[in-house]
Amino acid sequence: MSRKNDDTAPISAKKFMDELWRYKQGSVSRRHFLSVTGLGMATAAMAGAMPMLAVSRSAYAGSIGDRVSMATWPNYFNPANFETFKKDFGAEVQVSVFGSNEEMLAKLQAGGTGWDVFVPTNYTISTYVELDLIQPLDLSRLPNFAEKYYTKRFIEPGTVDGKVYAVPKNWGTTGFVLNRKKVTSNPTTWKEFWDLSKTSATGRVMVHDYQLTTIGNALKYFGYSFNSVDPKELADAEKLLLDVKPHLFAINSDYQPSMRSGDAWMSVAWTGDGLQLNRDIPEIDYVLGKEGGELWSDFYAIPKGAPHLDAAYAFINFLIDPEINAKEVSVHGYPVPDTRTTELLPKEMTQNPIMYPAKELLDALEFGAAVTLTDPLRAEIMARFKAA
Amino acid sequence: MLLLPTTLWFLLLLVMPLVVIAVYSLGERAPAGGYQPALTLAQYANLLARLKAFTNTLTLAPLGTVICIVIAYPFAYYLAVKAGRGAKPFLLTLVIIPFWTSFLIRTYAWIYILGGQGIPRLLEMIGIEDYRLIYTPTAVLIGIVYGYLPLMVLPIYVSLEKLDKSLLEVSSDLGANPVRTFFQVTLPLSAPGLVTGSLLVFILLMGEYLIPALLGGGKVYFVGNALVDLFLQSRNWPFGSAVAITLVGIMLAAITLYLTLVGRDRGRQDVSVL
Repeated sequence: MSRKNDDTAPISAKKFMDELWRYKQGSVSRRHFLSVTGLGMATAAMAGAMPMLAVSRSAYAGSIGDRVSMATWPNYFNPANFETFKKDFGAEVQVSVFGSNEEMLAKLQAGGTGWDVFVPTNYTISTYVELDLIQPLDLSRLPNFAEKYYTKRFIEPGTVDGKVYAVPKNWGTTGFVLNRKKVTSNPTTWKEFWDLSKTSATGRVMVHDYQLTTIGNALKYFGYSFNSVDPKELADAEKLLLDVKPHLFAINSDYQPSMRSGDAWMSVAWTGDGLQLNRDIPEIDYVLGKEGGELWSDFYAIPKGAPHLDAAYAFINFLIDPEINAKEVSVHGYPVPDTRTTELLPKEMTQNPIMYPAKELLDALEFGAAVTLTDPLRAEIMARFKAA
Repeated sequence: MLLLPTTLWFLLLLVMPLVVIAVYSLGERAPAGGYQPALTLAQYANLLARLKAFTNTLTLAPLGTVICIVIAYPFAYYLAVKAGRGAKPFLLTLVIIPFWTSFLIRTYAWIYILGGQGIPRLLEMIGIEDYRLIYTPTAVLIGIVYGYLPLMVLPIYVSLEKLDKSLLEVSSDLGANPVRTFFQVTLPLSAPGLVTGSLLVFILLMGEYLIPALLGGGKVYFVGNALVDLFLQSRNWPFGSAVAITLVGIMLAAITLYLTLVGRDRGRQDVSVL
């Protein structure tokens, strides 16, 4: 096979530099890396690092301030677009990446984040409204947003009580990646995923450090809803997780490095990571469990008290511009609910089954439910699973 | 009057936060997470749910400290007593150089060194197959020793540096062999550095979060990790506060015990701690 996935070779200097570059892009995890370590505000100051870009500025320069701060997810943006934004608008983009919606919510609840834009997932928005942490959007300041181009079900969670609080960024699924060279049995269900973890793939499987997907997909083992908060069903899921725990390679939402190095053979995964891994290492495949699992959509939103409000609107409007948005997608591989953008994507993407799974697989999926975000039992089960 | 600024700092930066945490630990988790006032010991009653985190911390922190001593002492001894005038500054610089790079980056590098393409791959070349290092307690221990070694070396070095070399000659002249000289002269005189280094490393290790998070893969779980999860994932501030208060209590007890033992051992000689 190609040199890239020869997992018998020691890591090369080039590969190490690649990994370091990934780290700079914010693709290295979520909570384990940047967020909780004091580098939470790790700045993807791409533009700042490239002086030649700081020259030309458009008429907008200065009017929106010199920076915009965004909280988002890893492997989920195109740094080249941020350079363009800095060039055209004069504001430098600062990025913090997160590992779970819980963590994003925790930071906003604690206050003083300094974020101008954040990227909540569908099921969390109503809670942000309830806790008064998010502001309604003035759509007149987002001329690039036009409802008619968007898929309805991916827009809806952004509107609470008739007010629009968030505009769609991407949608995707939560399935699992597997290395077909190492796992030869062709699992197609969550039941097989968990059973393999305990048997032939022992010590080689990763799950997210994220209660929604880890508990949700454990619930699917028993055929329960991904969103269940029923104590009896959660007790079953906890038992399965505790059984599996000694067999796991790691509990970590940053599974790309381990999948790439061959240390891990399977991992719970999101669409874009599946696509990125498959693009580089063809034997790594992305599978949706037949029983179902999560369908999600992410949004751009503005937190209450955003320090650079003008920059926030300019930045969101810039990112949902179809041309810019298509450049985002070409890098991260998450589909967009905006038909104008999808039309600009190359065929390899629009016909890719990882990005656009078969209808019968999609039909089995569920949107995350708001209750899972605040349910104390789910939070405690995840914490007990990790502490076990 | 002169003590006023110190007292203020002390109250503002140490006592106040502790009081806040103590008050929180008696409260309840608000429905959407966070804190709501209450007066209950329920959080403390639930502490056993994090027993593994406490036992992990209380095993690996002392173990890491002891390994650091075993490696740091001979090194510091060489540096202070044996190294020549030219070599000493060079070696000292080598000890300090790692601090020029973020600890985070250096620990992240260990993920690759300990991962499948690193040391285990080298072991395969000499016939040891399928040896797993990354995301094990051993990996965490290696990270701990790597990260904290300089903090142990430097205080021991300083106390050995001050050691009057003629004392060693006297001991030898009076008939003590090198081993006896070491245990009766060198070691007791370097004890302040040893105590300082041990406390420094142990206290920091008890609160360690980063190394188990990165090299333990969420499987080797310290109290620090439990705290981060409680505050950032579960958003259960009262339970997190109870865990934090308990950790502070355990640390105070451990340190008091340690200092008492060291103090008794050294009779009436003063031990300067920091």
